[in-house]
Amino acid sequence: MSATPGKNHAPACSIQGVSRAFKLAGKPVQALDQVSAQVAHGAVTGLVGPDAAGKTTLMRLAVGLLLPDEGSISVLGVEVGQDPQRVQALVGYMPQRFGLYEDLTVKENLDLYADLRDLAPEDRPPRYAELLGMTGMEPFQDRLAGALSGGMKQKLGLACALVKPTEMLILDEPTVGVDPVSRRELWEIVYRLVESEGLSVLLSTSYLDEAERCQEVVLLHQGKVLGQGAPGEFSRRMRGKSFLVKSGQNNRRRLQSLLARGPGVVDSVIQGDGVRLVMDKAAPPDLSGLGDAMTGLQVREEEPRFEDGFLALMGGRRHESQEPELQLIQRGAEASKARDTVIEVEELTKRFGEFVAVDRISFQVKRGEVFGLLGANGAGKSTTFRMLCGLLPPSQGRLRVAGWDLRRAPARARASIGYMAQRFSLYGQLSVRDNLSFFASAYGLGGERRRRMIAWALDEFGLAEVAEAPSAELPLGFKQRLAMAAALMHGPEILFLDEPTSGVDPLARRDFWRRINALAEQKVTVLITTHHLEEAEYCDRMVVMDRGQILARGTPHEMKSRWVTPENPNPSMEDAFIALLEEHRAPKEAA
Amino acid sequence: MTPESHLKLRRFSWRRLKGLWRKEMLQVVRDPSSIAIAFVMPLILLLLFGYAVSLDAKDVPLALVVEEPSAVSAAFTAGFEASPYFESRRAATIQEAEEMMRLGQVEGIVWLKSDFDSKLFSGEQAPIAVITNGVDANTARIVEGYVQGAWQRWLEDYAQSQGRELALPVEVEERVWFNAEVRSRNFLVPGLIAVIMTLIGALLTAMVVAREWERGTMEALMVTPVTVREILLGKLVPYFILGMGGMALSVAMAVLFFEVPLRGSLWVLSGAAALFMFTALGMGLLISTLARNQFVAAQVAIITTFLPAFMLSGFIFNIGSMPEVVQFITRFIAARYFVSILQSVFLAGDVWSILWHNALALAVMGALFLLLVAKKTKKRLD
Repeated sequence: MSATPGKNHAPACSIQGVSRAFKLAGKPVQALDQVSAQVAHGAVTGLVGPDAAGKTTLMRLAVGLLLPDEGSISVLGVEVGQDPQRVQALVGYMPQRFGLYEDLTVKENLDLYADLRDLAPEDRPPRYAELLGMTGMEPFQDRLAGALSGGMKQKLGLACALVKPTEMLILDEPTVGVDPVSRRELWEIVYRLVESEGLSVLLSTSYLDEAERCQEVVLLHQGKVLGQGAPGEFSRRMRGKSFLVKSGQNNRRRLQSLLARGPGVVDSVIQGDGVRLVMDKAAPPDLSGLGDAMTGLQVREEEPRFEDGFLALMGGRRHESQEPELQLIQRGAEASKARDTVIEVEELTKRFGEFVAVDRISFQVKRGEVFGLLGANGAGKSTTFRMLCGLLPPSQGRLRVAGWDLRRAPARARASIGYMAQRFSLYGQLSVRDNLSFFASAYGLGGERRRRMIAWALDEFGLAEVAEAPSAELPLGFKQRLAMAAALMHGPEILFLDEPTSGVDPLARRDFWRRINALAEQKVTVLITTHHLEEAEYCDRMVVMDRGQILARGTPHEMKSRWVTPENPNPSMEDAFIALLEEHRAPKEAA
Repeated sequence: MTPESHLKLRRFSWRRLKGLWRKEMLQVVRDPSSIAIAFVMPLILLLLFGYAVSLDAKDVPLALVVEEPSAVSAAFTAGFEASPYFESRRAATIQEAEEMMRLGQVEGIVWLKSDFDSKLFSGEQAPIAVITNGVDANTARIVEGYVQGAWQRWLEDYAQSQGRELALPVEVEERVWFNAEVRSRNFLVPGLIAVIMTLIGALLTAMVVAREWERGTMEALMVTPVTVREILLGKLVPYFILGMGGMALSVAMAVLFFEVPLRGSLWVLSGAAALFMFTALGMGLLISTLARNQFVAAQVAIITTFLPAFMLSGFIFNIGSMPEVVQFITRFIAARYFVSILQSVFLAGDVWSILWHNALALAVMGALFLLLVAKKTKKRLD
C-alpha cells in the first residue's frame, strides 16, 4: 500500500483503558471493558468484530457522542472528553445509516453538511467537484437522497462526511446492506483518499473478509480487544494449521460433519468440493477415525486467512457450541407428490406496473439440494422468493412446489413449506416456548404431536435453557435458531430461508450451516438467499440474479472456475460475482 | 503539523444556523406529512367544528300532541311550527308520539292534554307536559329550556292580548352578552385555534425531531461542530413560522368564512399567539428529548398536549362546571390560558384584566419548558 503508515507521526487516535456499560432491560451490560488501541496516522484501521462486540460504542466514544465510564480517548491530539466540539470539527464521521436527509437532494445534503462544518462558499465548488467525481455522482446531483440505491447512499454519506477536508475519517459499518460491487468501490475510494490526502481512517466492519483489506486491525469481541496488528499477523500465527481435505466423491457435506468432530479441529467449512479445516496445532488432521465410508481423501495445506486467526482467538468458545447433529422427526403419512424435482420454475415473471422485477426466469431444484439465490440489492431475489412461498402471485409463468401448482393448490403447497423471513418474525413478548407453541398450532399441530415437536425443537436447537425467556431479549444467534425451529415445526420438506445469517456473528453462522447441512442430509430441500458471498460455498447449486434476470447458474466450483486468470488463479466467490455483474452491466451502460 | 487543530471554534455561527433553517424548510415543503399537520388538519378541524359540531339546538324534531284542538291551543302550537329551533310533527295520541320517540324520530314531545283550555283559563299550573329524550342529555336540556321559554313567552303574549297581567313568580329577563345570537360557532372557532396551534407546535416538533433520531440523521448532525443552541434554534424558528402560518390561516377562516366577530386588535391576538406558540414548541421539544421514535412521540404529544388542550382548556367544556380537582389540573394546561385570551379577544375585545394574567401564565410556562429543553438537550446519545 502507501508508505509505511504512522512511522513519523503520533497516532491519529489513541484509546486508553476505556470502559463503558449500558443498562439493558434493567441489567447492566459491559459494552466495552478496558479497551486500549491506536489508530495509525495516514492508514486504514479496521475495527473488526461480530455483532454486539462494542464497535459502534467505541466509535461514538471517539467522536464525543458518549462519555466513557473510565479511560480516555484523544483524537488528533485533542482530548475528546474535554473538547468534544473541537473533535467534531476535526473529524469526518459517517454513522451506520449514512446520516442523510432523504427528502433533500444530493446537492442539498452536501450544502447542509458544508454549512454545518463552516466551509466557506468559495471553497465549495472545487471540493464538490472533487467529491462528486470521485464517487461518480455528478449526474445525480439533483436526485433526492431517498431515491438513491444503497450503494449510492453510502457514497453520498461518505462525501458528506468529507465535505470539509479533514485529517481523520470515522466510518461505522459503512458496507452493511450494500452490495459487493459497491463495497469494493467504497474501499477503492477510501484508499485513494488515504494516498492523496493522507487521511487516517477508522472503520468498523463485521465482515471478516474486509479485515484483510485494512492496514491495521483491532479485533474486538464482547467488549474486549482480542488483538491489534496488521491482518497478516493474525493469519501468520495460523501458518501450518489450515488444511483443505478434498474428496473425489460428491459427499463434502457428510465429510464436513465427520471432520468437524475430529480431535483438534477448531473450525471446518465447506470450500469448493472439499472441506477447509483449522487445527489447534500445526499438524494435519487425523483422518483415521473416519471409517471406511471416506476413502481417497487428499489433504493439502492451505494459506491461512484472517478469519482463521479470528476464530482461533475466540477458540475457547468453539467447543461449547459443538452441538450434536440435528435429527429431524420424520414426517407422517403425507408423502409428497413430487419425486425428484421439488421446485420447478418456468418462465416466471413478475411485473409491478411498468417495472419488471423478475424477468422470465427458469430453474429447478432437486430433493435434498441446498440451492442459493444470489444477487445485489434489487436483483429480484426477494420477489422470486415470495412467489415461491405463495405470498405473491406471479404475473406469468409456471411454478410448482412439492409437485403442487401454486396457482391451483396454494394451501397444499404451503403445508409442505417452512419459511423463515428476514429478521425472523418472532413474537418478542412471548417466551421461546410460547413462540414454538404458537407456530405449531398455526400449522395445525395439536395434542401429543405438538408437545413432542416443542420438546424436539427445544432440545435440537439448544433452546431449553432459555425456554421461558421472552424472545425479544435473546441474542441474535438464539433468535435465528428459534426462527428456524419454528419454521420446521410441521416437518416441511422444503425450507425457504430469506437472508437468514444477516448480522449474525461468524460462530453462530457456522452453527447455522451445520444444521442446514444436517437437514439436507435428511432429504430436506433448502432454498436460501444471502448476501454473504462466502456462504454461497455451502450451496450445491445456485443462480445469480441481476435486474430480474438470471446471469449464471451452476455449482460454486463452476461459478468460480470461469474467472480463473493467471493473475488470480484462485478467485473467491466475491471476485466471481463482481466480474459477472460487471460483464453483464457494462454493455448496457455503454449503450 | 496540523493547522486545523488550532482552528478557532465558533460557539455560534450564522452559517450553521442558516444551513439548519434551509434544511428544515426544504423538508417541510417536501414532506407531505408536515404540510398536512400544519395546514390541512387545521382546515379539517375548523370545517368540522365550524359546521358539523354545533352545540346549538336547531331544527330539533319535536312531536306535538294536541288532544283537544282549540283556538288557544292552535295559537300556542303555531309558535312551535314557525320556530327555527324545532321541526314539529303532529301526533294524534300520546302513544303515537311515544312510539316516534322510541324510534328516534323525535327528540321531544309537547303534550297538550284535553284539559288544556280549561286549566289555562282557571289559572291552574302547567297544563302542558314536556317529555324529552334523556339519552342525549345535552339536546334534552336544550329542548326543555326552549319549550319552557316558548311557553313563558306565549303566556305573556296571551295575557297581554287578553288585557291581563300574568302572575308569574319570577320575572325572567334573558339577555345573552357577547354572543347575542348564541352561535356556538362563535366561541368554538376561537377556542379551536388554540387546539390547532397546540397540534402544530407540540406534535409537529416532537415528530420531526423523533424522525431525525429514527433515520440516524441526528447522530450525523451531532458529530459536526454545531452547538445545542443552534440545533434548538434550528428547530424553533422554522416551526414557529409554520405555526404562525397555521394560526393566520385559522384566524382568516374564522373571520372571513365563519364570520366570527374579531372585536379585539390583531396585534394583541398575534402577540398572544406568539407567546403560546413558544409554549407549544417548548412542549414539543421537551417530548422530543424523551421520545426517539415517531410513534412514541406522536402518542406522547397527543396524550400530554393535544387531548388536554381539547378537553381541559375550556374550549368545549366550561372549566367552571368541572369538579374542583379537575379545575385545579386545568391550571397546568397552557391551552387553557390561550383559549381564554382568544375568546375574549374575539368576542369581547382587548380586555386587559383578562389578557395580562393569562399572558403572564403563558410566558411563565413557555420559559419553563424552553429552559428545561435547553437543560435536557445534550449533544450526546446517552
